[in-house]
Amino acid sequence: MSEDNLLPSGLPRIESLEMRGIVKRFPGVLANDHVDFDVKAGEIHALLGENGAGKSTLMKVLYGLYQPEEGEILLNGEVIQTHSPTDSIAHGIGMIHQHFMLVDNLSVAQNVALGLKSTREPRLDLDVVSKRIVDLAEKYGLQVDPRAIISKLAVGERQRVEIVKALYRGAALLVLDEPTAVLTPQEVDDIFVIFRQMARDGHALIFISHKLDEIIDLTDRVTVLRDGRAIGTRPTAGVTKRHLANMMVGREVLLERVRVEREVGEVRLQMKGVTAINEDDKQVLKGIDFEVRSGEIVAVAGVSGNGQRQLAECIAGLFPVKDGQIKLEDKDVTNLPTAVILAAGLSYIPEERMHDGVIKNFSVAENLVLHDHVNKPYSNGLFLNFKNIDNHAQEMIADFDIKTPSKDTPIKNLSGGNIQKLILARELSRRPRVLIAAQPTRGVDIGATEYIHNQLLLQRAEGLATLLISEDLDEVQALSDRIVVMYGGEIMGIVNSNEASIEELGLMMAGESLEKVRAKTAEEMTAANNQPE
Amino acid sequence: MNENLTAMAIVLGIMHSGIRLATPYLYASLGEMFGQRSGVLNLGVEGIMLVGSFFGFYVVFETGNPWLGFAAAAFVGALMGLLMAVVSVTFKAEQGISGIGLSLFGLGVSSLLFKTMLGSVEGVEGFSELKFCFSSIGIDSTFCLSEVPVAGEIVFSHSVMTYIAYALVPIAAYVLGRTTWGLRIKAVGQNPEAADSLGVSVNLVRYITVIVGGLMAGIAGASLSISLLGVFQENLTNGIGFIAVALVYFGGWSPWGVMAGALLFSTVSSMQLWGQVLNLPIPSDVAVMLPYVLTIVALALPIRRAAQPAALTKPFTRGEN
Repeated sequence: MSEDNLLPSGLPRIESLEMRGIVKRFPGVLANDHVDFDVKAGEIHALLGENGAGKSTLMKVLYGLYQPEEGEILLNGEVIQTHSPTDSIAHGIGMIHQHFMLVDNLSVAQNVALGLKSTREPRLDLDVVSKRIVDLAEKYGLQVDPRAIISKLAVGERQRVEIVKALYRGAALLVLDEPTAVLTPQEVDDIFVIFRQMARDGHALIFISHKLDEIIDLTDRVTVLRDGRAIGTRPTAGVTKRHLANMMVGREVLLERVRVEREVGEVRLQMKGVTAINEDDKQVLKGIDFEVRSGEIVAVAGVSGNGQRQLAECIAGLFPVKDGQIKLEDKDVTNLPTAVILAAGLSYIPEERMHDGVIKNFSVAENLVLHDHVNKPYSNGLFLNFKNIDNHAQEMIADFDIKTPSKDTPIKNLSGGNIQKLILARELSRRPRVLIAAQPTRGVDIGATEYIHNQLLLQRAEGLATLLISEDLDEVQALSDRIVVMYGGEIMGIVNSNEASIEELGLMMAGESLEKVRAKTAEEMTAANNQPE
Repeated sequence: MNENLTAMAIVLGIMHSGIRLATPYLYASLGEMFGQRSGVLNLGVEGIMLVGSFFGFYVVFETGNPWLGFAAAAFVGALMGLLMAVVSVTFKAEQGISGIGLSLFGLGVSSLLFKTMLGSVEGVEGFSELKFCFSSIGIDSTFCLSEVPVAGEIVFSHSVMTYIAYALVPIAAYVLGRTTWGLRIKAVGQNPEAADSLGVSVNLVRYITVIVGGLMAGIAGASLSISLLGVFQENLTNGIGFIAVALVYFGGWSPWGVMAGALLFSTVSSMQLWGQVLNLPIPSDVAVMLPYVLTIVALALPIRRAAQPAALTKPFTRGEN
């Protein structure tokens, strides 16, 4: 514990921070509806809610990026103004953003120094800055090299830079916005050690997340937001995951998926030694070998950026395959035009739904007939048949519970979850033989996630072969029959989902092959067995 | 023997012209580089150069003082830069289109004012050539650096506007690379959200760089009418402003790269001029085309794209991301 109420950085603590009656409106949306929220020194307080519940908005009000229509913020009992990030930083409030606020072609020291007065104004004093960075990093147990260029750093390292950046500016209270979204299980454990220590040292931490397991593991209290309102605040020790999920959604949510063991059928998708290189001549896929059969869901697990996107695109004909073969049922589809592959029975739900999955300014109805709009019944080769397109849209909206004001609404007005359901509706109604679903529930609310998971399991029961690509290990374990772990463009191992432990998956995601991981587990077991009683 | 001397003289002449002709490109391009580094594309450089060129010329014509002309051009250029900043940064207009609009405006205004205020093509005595003579700094001698064989003729007999232009290159590099201002400019152009989250005013930085860019474009125009040519006529710049914008891309958004590009372009232009004077058997149209073809080829090369500021042409609004 530190004395004098000082933090390891030498600056004073924030004993308490309170947000009272915060109201924030955007055109057509009441993002924060008279929200009360408070946090104390030494506490880790979770802010839980679905996408669109208002958590990020509330924190952006705290950080000075938004101005509330009503309400006030009290620091140690006194009202403060946060008209801009400069104000909030001056009060000791720091924010670790979900999408890192780092300039990628500059160094760590340059990023930390940005916006600060130099000791040799206007000349930069990066040497002074670097020294203080190293000091801070040591005090907090964070490894950071001031000279490193951000673009060369891994995601976990970049996050540490964000934390040092906030501490450098004297942050006593830290807002952590979905900090674990891009980390492997081991990296999550490591960073939680750091967070717990920071809390013990007297910092106040606000942990924004939608991951129930992490909230239960790390935090002291949890506040749930739903549709802009604070539903309740509870001590974490007194709640269950189910309790929290129900508060988030407002109804009973089935967290467990029922996946029945089934017989699998014939091979529908085969990858044989697939290799691909990108424009910088870097190998993005190295000798990928696996198959997906009818009636099974094979999940590709791994942190984003290890070749998953290229894998999906190679199968769909959107990325060139250098070596190897991809077969859809009996047909060799390697490097064939995408239209041909889709016609051969592939459906693809891309990772970037707004960018690659829909056309932003088109209506719901128009988006629902993409791919097949040139075929009957939607067109007769020259003219579109709007009656059939509209009927199809009505059917899909009803069947897949897509919440939209009308079938003519531009799709960009829909929520992420509903856009994803629309894409799912479109792709499934094509009756594919193989489905690729890349990050299908990323940024999607719990209700829509539940729906999409159930749909995927339903299709599996009807014989669809699905390749699921997901960063979310919970989703991977809930839905898949087999798990392929990718790292650096290679397959680290393929395991049956009911045999793999989170630790083993985490190790493979970080680059260890299955053999090594199994060897380690065996060693540990032998050591444990040989322990004297 | 005589042919060798003639060849030498021609080469020296080309190099001297190359260094001299780069002057307007340097001013305009360095100014545009700052704006682009902060994320704003200003295609109005051509118009600003014309307006600066006219006002600079007119003030010298009326007062006989080239420094007053220089100052007038800078002032007018800064005003036009301010106009571009308001349109692009505050009103968030499409930058390519508003820049072209500004160029057309500059062409129109300068031509109109020329017709009404001057009426015909006149000449002015601009800056005289600096000869770097020691007698002028108090040392009792008649030795002039510009009389040193070869080097003297190429390097030491340009006008002060040319020397200032070249001096601005290391100054720009220093500002960009070693000052807090330069760090903010680079951050705002690459990731304005990150800069904003640290309390840097993205819009203020862009206003300043665009106004400075306008100021320098105004001076660039004046360097043509006061120093290089000593006259003003309609459309005096004839595309130099647009080439200057291209040189920013060509130079990889770095001051030294911009200088290299400007020198390359102006040396090729000067070769073309000398080729015509010497009646070389190249059709004059082809010769005139050469520098522009070179620009197109340079722009088509993919090597520069990595250095392009990621937020170039994108207006910034807090919270829109």
